[in-house]
Amino acid sequence: MSALASCSKVTRRFGQFTAVREVDLQVGPGEIVGLLGANGAGKTTLIRMLLGLLGTTGGEVTLFGEPPSRLTRSRIGYVPQRLGLYDDLTPTENLEFAEAIFGAGGTALPEPVRPYARELVGSLPLGVQRQVAFAQALSHQPDLLMLDEPTSGVGPLGRARLWETIGDAAEAGAGVLVTTHYMEEAQECGRLVIMADGRVVAAGTAAEIVGSRQVVGVEAESWPTAFGALEQAGLQVALAGRGLRVPGADPAQVRRALGDLPAVVRQVPATLEERFFELTKQASPEAAA
Amino acid sequence: MTRHGGIVTVARQDGADQPSWGVDEVCVSYGKTVALDNVTLPVPAGQVTAVVGGDGAGKSTLLRCLAGVLAPDSGTVRRPPKERSGYLPATSGIYPDLTVTENLDFRARGYGVSRQVVRERAAEYLDRSGLANASDRLAGQLSGGMRQKLAVIAAMLHHPDLIVLDEPTTGVDPVSRSGLWWLIARAAAEGCAIVLATTYLDEAERCSSVLVLEGGAALASGTAEKIVAAMPGSLRALPARPEGEAAARSWRRAGRWRVWDPDPAGLDTGPADSEVIAPDLQDAVTVAALAATPGGAA
Repeated sequence: MSALASCSKVTRRFGQFTAVREVDLQVGPGEIVGLLGANGAGKTTLIRMLLGLLGTTGGEVTLFGEPPSRLTRSRIGYVPQRLGLYDDLTPTENLEFAEAIFGAGGTALPEPVRPYARELVGSLPLGVQRQVAFAQALSHQPDLLMLDEPTSGVGPLGRARLWETIGDAAEAGAGVLVTTHYMEEAQECGRLVIMADGRVVAAGTAAEIVGSRQVVGVEAESWPTAFGALEQAGLQVALAGRGLRVPGADPAQVRRALGDLPAVVRQVPATLEERFFELTKQASPEAAA
Repeated sequence: MTRHGGIVTVARQDGADQPSWGVDEVCVSYGKTVALDNVTLPVPAGQVTAVVGGDGAGKSTLLRCLAGVLAPDSGTVRRPPKERSGYLPATSGIYPDLTVTENLDFRARGYGVSRQVVRERAAEYLDRSGLANASDRLAGQLSGGMRQKLAVIAAMLHHPDLIVLDEPTTGVDPVSRSGLWWLIARAAAEGCAIVLATTYLDEAERCSSVLVLEGGAALASGTAEKIVAAMPGSLRALPARPEGEAAARSWRRAGRWRVWDPDPAGLDTGPADSEVIAPDLQDAVTVAALAATPGGAA
């Protein structure tokens, strides 16, 4: 399989600061790759290099087998976090403008947008605006889609519909690179790449990344009391429904911290989010305090 | 203001007889647009209650009623007096040209909290939520996630009885989000009632109870387990998008297609290449939204 986008030992420094170090990443045709990382992990810098907006300090970026250029840009569909739409144009006008730039034509408005065809984009619900941005990014039938937080602020059904659009593009052969802050979206990606402190710290499917890791789950009669006791013991505690989760501790330690409090303590499989924190913390201990 | 008919009960919390905050059968319209249609939501002390739904579902309107910045057209709102509640609007209410510490001082002193107490609480909250190194930075220079954490701390520093948070985590990166959730859990553990809006169901799953809003109407409510158990009809997974009218009742999830059948008998009668799926909260909420969409259901 020849990669549509490929980073090989890519490094980017800004003065003394290294934003991206020795990153390897490939996106192949038909693949949806999720890029996860905290703020400052280097995701945005990496995407800017892939778009050809920023040069590398070391290593090599290739798009469709060549260095990023104006020509490669025309084969990419990009949806930035802020969507990049003109608020004071209608959906149809926005789409025609994008088509004129890329020399495409005849794109139909997606069905959920049709009732709003004559209204200004700025006045539309966020989910509809995102559909317009997707249609615009797809109007020139790009080989590679890059989506930055594509569903932020959209409700569950709207989000499912946006993922349908992304999945359809991948099934038609496009490669997709998508950044997200939400682990429930990560399950829509065939493969995940987790960045922390400028490096790739894990790659693979969600199941591969989580592996057999476990955390301690606590079901206490009174979770607030248990929360207080675990906090007091200096453990890291998270609320989950009416239960608590204590990553990075062993059951005996948790049992001790709880003292006489009535509670069921047991090991449970870690979530992708918990594994993500562990990786982020290992990469830069103070960032994940 | 022409609103009338809504009853707002403002009460103080006392140890012996804890009032339960919340709304009962609340209706709000903006002109011809119905923003809330007969919505009921209890918001108990010491618990985190989630309101989920898309853009325009009515989440902000409901939270504005609970925060006391909007009176409903009809129905009842039970809330503490303003000085005993904390409210984080969708746009965060932080002064960009004050430092983190100055913002907290200003807000807490407005609630009559002494400087000494502000300092002590702020130091702990800032430290545990990962903002300790930012206390002298101007709020306007913080990242979005850091600013949200600051706004939540500002809303809880006076130890209110009720905290109302409008999408505190939208667009916030996972590390800041975990700091926010620590603050939320801490406030609930201290006995505060918390209600928050979110578009993400993995967050709703962490709450004691959930209200699903769509177009101003309550589609489902209760614990996540109860909402899942109450999902009408049946759910199957297919390897590819179904053809015909079933397409409107289907959505992509984790590389496969979910198809919802309003008829529970669909459990026995699905296509050969399909598999019956035990729904989770994400499935149940998507089904609730489909069932409420004209043409989305049978």
